[in-house]
Amino acid sequence: MSTSKLLTLSEAVSRFVPDGSSLTMGLSLESLIPFAAAHEIIRQRKRNLTLIGPISDILFDQIIGAGCVRNVRAAWVGNVITGSCYNFRRAIETRTLEMEDHSNLTVAMALRAGAMGVPFMPARTALGSDLFKTNANLKIINCPFSGDRLTAVAAINPDVAIVHVQRADEYGNAHVWGNLGVTRDACLASRSIIITAEEIVSPDIISRDPNRVITPGFRVSAVVHRPWGGHPSPVPGYYNRDHQAFIDYRNESKTVEGFADWQKRWVSGTESHQDYIKLLGENRIAELALKQHMMTEPVDYGY
Amino acid sequence: MTKQNTKSRKWTPAELMVTAAAREIADGEVVFVGMRLPLLGFLLAKSTHAPDAVGVYELGIVRDTLAPEPILTMGDLPNLYRAQWLADTADAMALLQQGSVDISFIGGAQVDRFGNLNTSYIGGVENITTRLPGSGGACDLACLAKRHIIIMSHEKRRFVPRVDYITSPGYGDGGNWRQQVGLPRGGPSTVITTLGILRFDSDSREMALSSVHPGITADMVAENTGWPLHISADLSQTPEPSDEELVMLRRFDPQGYWTGRKS
Repeated sequence: MSTSKLLTLSEAVSRFVPDGSSLTMGLSLESLIPFAAAHEIIRQRKRNLTLIGPISDILFDQIIGAGCVRNVRAAWVGNVITGSCYNFRRAIETRTLEMEDHSNLTVAMALRAGAMGVPFMPARTALGSDLFKTNANLKIINCPFSGDRLTAVAAINPDVAIVHVQRADEYGNAHVWGNLGVTRDACLASRSIIITAEEIVSPDIISRDPNRVITPGFRVSAVVHRPWGGHPSPVPGYYNRDHQAFIDYRNESKTVEGFADWQKRWVSGTESHQDYIKLLGENRIAELALKQHMMTEPVDYGY
Repeated sequence: MTKQNTKSRKWTPAELMVTAAAREIADGEVVFVGMRLPLLGFLLAKSTHAPDAVGVYELGIVRDTLAPEPILTMGDLPNLYRAQWLADTADAMALLQQGSVDISFIGGAQVDRFGNLNTSYIGGVENITTRLPGSGGACDLACLAKRHIIIMSHEKRRFVPRVDYITSPGYGDGGNWRQQVGLPRGGPSTVITTLGILRFDSDSREMALSSVHPGITADMVAENTGWPLHISADLSQTPEPSDEELVMLRRFDPQGYWTGRKS
């Protein structure tokens, strides 16, 4: 039997996220965003990180604002329900952050190429756009079969994928449900994987439903138990999206000073998840709870 | 447009734009649904004249029914509830790239006469004055849907002769530019703004004013456009939202978060 990969969040980040590493996060796009893990990265004052992902919805902005990031490779960095993100804007406009511009399809193909172990994937997107000006990892090629003009998207192999999931066993086998974004390709493309989970469950619960496993456990480096680790993003089966938190963040991050206050309150003051839950408060936790449940019909995996 | 008129209206400018967007969707079409106003446009079409429209979302969601509750964004859990398909972003993009998506909607910060959109760098890459969030899926929608609709605020600083950066290609320099650069299909068909609706000439591919919203004149639109604007010979007035459309729309945005209506 394998050995347990259960670590504290602090141990997992300290061991698998060295300064200068490249991280891919926010892989289901709007849901299951690993905010707790990002906040631990900020607490440990990581430096010169590269962030990779499709849209991230304020997560990248927080890590950028904390001074941890040198380079971003993404399709979109903003706040889904309010628009621009201010730390990202400030960093680009003052030329302190390198940016590689993608579209959602090119991010997906870069990670798929990384997952497949090939140097690039072809796509029909981006032709005629200026993404080529700000992304040297997109090139125009001619198809060797049809002669069509295509965009070659260079593979991305991140050092670490950080994935928030609903439940996992201690060996790294994790169940994810809902829309999956680029999670499966990103996990396969990455050298190591950190799982943060709402619940740690027995291997029996996981192995009885292997279709729902997001990536094989032998590829996973660390498993962390972190209830509410995706808040304020939604976690299917656990809690709804906390819209107010995204609106508050927009207002609180408009200035450098405002962001410093936000960081003090929501990152420095919440080392344990108990602290975080206390800060959230019972009322908000009750508001975000699922109101309408829907269980699936069991399926038979027998033989 | 007198103040009196504006006040007595039953709808906000955003509600008129969403309604116009919804009317671009034909029944049975496959719609790639973007954030914000386009999301409402899809819901409105689906609940009125296009009940068999199918929505594809870049998060990896396909829906053939309405979400059971109002949603602020496509990732809200009611939008996952009894979806037709929950899958990968690459799966949603596969439907788009293979040519299965009829129509999509994109917002923009800057647009030019050929419908090229900038949502990345105001001032261009060499002289960045404002960094915007970027493409997300917008570039993919503009490249790969059979047609796309642009929704944006009509201001001179946004309607510029040439965008500073092409995030989402329209018709490039006009004519058959899209074929020349290798795009497989598509292009913008319509621009819905706060002042009117513009459509593209089938040869030159330049946009021309097709209708003005109630209370707006062609001159007002031209004044707010950064190039000499073509006016269609059969210029009309944009039809107002019907009572039925307004009732539906307010059901989807009960707080007026996106449509600016104070409830």
